[in-house]
Amino acid sequence: MRVTLHVWRQPGPELAGVFVRYDMTDVSPDMSFLETLDVLNQQLLARKDDPIAFDHDCREGICGACGMVINGRPHGPQRATTTCQLHMRSFADGAELWIEPWRARAFPVIKDLVVDRGAFDRIIRAGGFITARTGSAPEANSLLVPKRDADLAMDAAACIGCGACVAACPNASAMLFVAAKVSHLGLLPQGQPERATRVVGMVAQMDAEGFGACTNHGECMAACPKEISIDFIAQLNRDYWKAVVSPKPQAASANGGDA
Amino acid sequence: MELRSRIPDGPLEAKWERHRSGIKLVNPANKLKHHILVVGSGLAGASAAASLAELGYRVSCFCFQDSPRRAHSIAAQGGINAAKNYQNDGDSVFRLFYDTIKGGDFRSREANVYRLAEISARIIDQCTAQGVPFAREYGGLLANRSFGGVQVSRTFYARGQTGQQLLLGAYQALSRQIGIGTVTMYPRTEMLDLVVIDGRARGIITRDLVSGAVSAHAGDAVVLATGGYSNVYYLSTNAKGCNVTAIWRAHKRGAAFANPGFTQIHPTCIPQTGAHQSKLTLMSESLRNDGRIWVPKRQGDTRPPHQIPEEDRDYYLERLYPSYGNLAPRDIASRRAKDVCDEGRGVGPGGHGVYLDLRDAIARLGRRVIAERYGNLFEMYQRITGEDPFQVPMRIYPAPHYTMGGLWVDYNLMTTVDGLYAIGEANFSDHGANRLGASALMQGLADGYFILPYTIGDYLAQAKPVKVDPEHPAFHQIRGEVAERVRRLLAASGRTTVDAFHRELGRVMWDQCGMSRNATGLKEAMGRIGQLRDEFWRDVYVGGRGEELNQSLEHAGRVADFFEFAELMCQDALHREESCGCHFREEYQTPEGEAKRDDERFGYVAAWEFAGLGKEPVLHKEPLAFEAVHLAQRSYK
Repeated sequence: MRVTLHVWRQPGPELAGVFVRYDMTDVSPDMSFLETLDVLNQQLLARKDDPIAFDHDCREGICGACGMVINGRPHGPQRATTTCQLHMRSFADGAELWIEPWRARAFPVIKDLVVDRGAFDRIIRAGGFITARTGSAPEANSLLVPKRDADLAMDAAACIGCGACVAACPNASAMLFVAAKVSHLGLLPQGQPERATRVVGMVAQMDAEGFGACTNHGECMAACPKEISIDFIAQLNRDYWKAVVSPKPQAASANGGDA
Repeated sequence: MELRSRIPDGPLEAKWERHRSGIKLVNPANKLKHHILVVGSGLAGASAAASLAELGYRVSCFCFQDSPRRAHSIAAQGGINAAKNYQNDGDSVFRLFYDTIKGGDFRSREANVYRLAEISARIIDQCTAQGVPFAREYGGLLANRSFGGVQVSRTFYARGQTGQQLLLGAYQALSRQIGIGTVTMYPRTEMLDLVVIDGRARGIITRDLVSGAVSAHAGDAVVLATGGYSNVYYLSTNAKGCNVTAIWRAHKRGAAFANPGFTQIHPTCIPQTGAHQSKLTLMSESLRNDGRIWVPKRQGDTRPPHQIPEEDRDYYLERLYPSYGNLAPRDIASRRAKDVCDEGRGVGPGGHGVYLDLRDAIARLGRRVIAERYGNLFEMYQRITGEDPFQVPMRIYPAPHYTMGGLWVDYNLMTTVDGLYAIGEANFSDHGANRLGASALMQGLADGYFILPYTIGDYLAQAKPVKVDPEHPAFHQIRGEVAERVRRLLAASGRTTVDAFHRELGRVMWDQCGMSRNATGLKEAMGRIGQLRDEFWRDVYVGGRGEELNQSLEHAGRVADFFEFAELMCQDALHREESCGCHFREEYQTPEGEAKRDDERFGYVAAWEFAGLGKEPVLHKEPLAFEAVHLAQRSYK
């Protein structure tokens, strides 16, 4: 099949970007989308042109490294599919595709389609964990977790941190990402002691990173390759208000305090 | 070079406890003065970095990904083993130990494997406490499933995303330490060399993958948790970035490389579709619990699978191995798949595939149960192939997946270079010639949470390394060498891309040093690799600059190292004139076509010492003594 790609080319963070058109022939429908970019990059290198920079690693939809906006949709047209798992059979012969990086103030472009998602790591550092020093854990089956809670926690924990939710949101909000971690840990008995400090710390960091607010568009859930539900955002809001109006004193540091 | 395994005396069951109790301790105030460099942030690296920081050490952690959460451990699907005996099916520490030794075809160290089995139960406790959402029964207790090569149900899992959940647990523990300030994290940073001063590992040279800056980092010990080298085959189930560079550079600086030829070919991967293929995708082995593997009895039977009646199907694993059936170990399942395809009974395009059929399980358990167990795997399969496994049996074929070989380490996980440790897949220690399913996660976390944090203290307490400065001449010199190599790669103005060279190397390795090997092929491969390596430096085109994000340059450095390493791999496979586990030498097989070990001549770990490029590496042997197990031909019949 034939496809026309318009790819966002931006040599560096401070430099202007532009769409560059590439016409490709002999594309196999069995190729993954990233394999199509691989082939294009081989062609560019053969002409001694600069290949397109894009993040990718596992290529099986779990590491969360890849991600680009394809015709206005993060990760492209197929439901519950990361860019690396998208195959060319999802597109019509002769399709014209516009390919852009995630666009959000909190995710600055590094080069071409590569963005800096360090903000997500900093949000996790601000409370997205359970403090459990190595060696101090009790016998695993001493703790009962109802299957329903464990399953729901797993639904939330499936987040791969790719950032599609932010890219899809008109406000570039990171609420779905934060909600997924807050809910995963908050649904489990192990997560209760730090439940309040966790949500307060993570939300404060989210705001500090420059992500926008949630106005219930639901685009995040539609774009999420792991189909994480915005029900978790409701859970996040509930946890947040409970923590903020709670009469219990807050710990000074979200990191637990044995620093 | 002398191999001192430092295996403690005493009975097997008491070795670790005794050793741990005798280990020298670093006083808490002094821990703060020690700086440890951890390279890699997968299960082993992240768990080690977090645990060391909790103990009070200053830690720097490096990963080439944009976030430590993306290390390739994340892709492990099926589960993690632990001798909890929650199912009351007779499991025990000894049984897990024995299964692992036997599964590895008696080519691993008893003491290490026993320790691994002993620690396994605590890993589940630790991960549960961190909030890893393991699968549970309705009563709220933890659930288990079975895995290949064993007859008990001891595998803990989180749907088909066990590796992801365990890694996120370790990543979150690591993140907490980064937040506190005890760990400095360097993402998008690749280790390009090791600095050894006065016989001790004192630091590393890295390249910042965004700015291109080449820097020196000094420390009191260096921990390599940089994973395996399956990407030497180009096509593998590994992430695209996985590479041999860190351990290869360490090898060139004096660390012995053990059993490099032991590479695991995983039986259940989605077959290749064309020349564009960039990687192969694994379908979790857990599918073999409920799936039945078959091919048509007749060659060239091109009927669609549902039109092939029961009597025309050959469930070859069930036929050949009645007691283990579809749960035969990985090496055996892979080789048998190759055999039936070589006989012309393979299915799918090119005949490189066998069916993995869940029809009977769907009929027995219902679609809902199967969807709950394997839903995400089915979806993944459908996205890649366009076929629905509820309607059509899956097609699978073996693919390179894991490397049992790695840097030689002693009982303390220290390499032959003082102060240099290797943990997780990067070392050779526990899996012998074949790794059992759900054991990689166990080993990575055992090393990182529960072994290295103790043993590294023993070294620091005794060696008392004095502080070195990254301005030390040794750092200057090696940083200069790294910069010069980058310059050379960029200056090569040939016509062939890095990717093209990598594919060609992969083809040679898969054909001659893959699922089955023979002396002629291996010798041919070694010649060809040498030629290709010369061509690479003469004719490669990398493009771009060094002072920017340059993915072609990153790849070029890794492929250059694969070219050097590949020859050692073939050398090791050639010298081992026996078949064991994954290492199948066609010249050495039983009349039934099973691996024929030669314990007399090859009951040892082959540890290779680097002697200079183009020079024959020096072989050192660590004899394997078996006290607790009786050596036997593996039988899964």
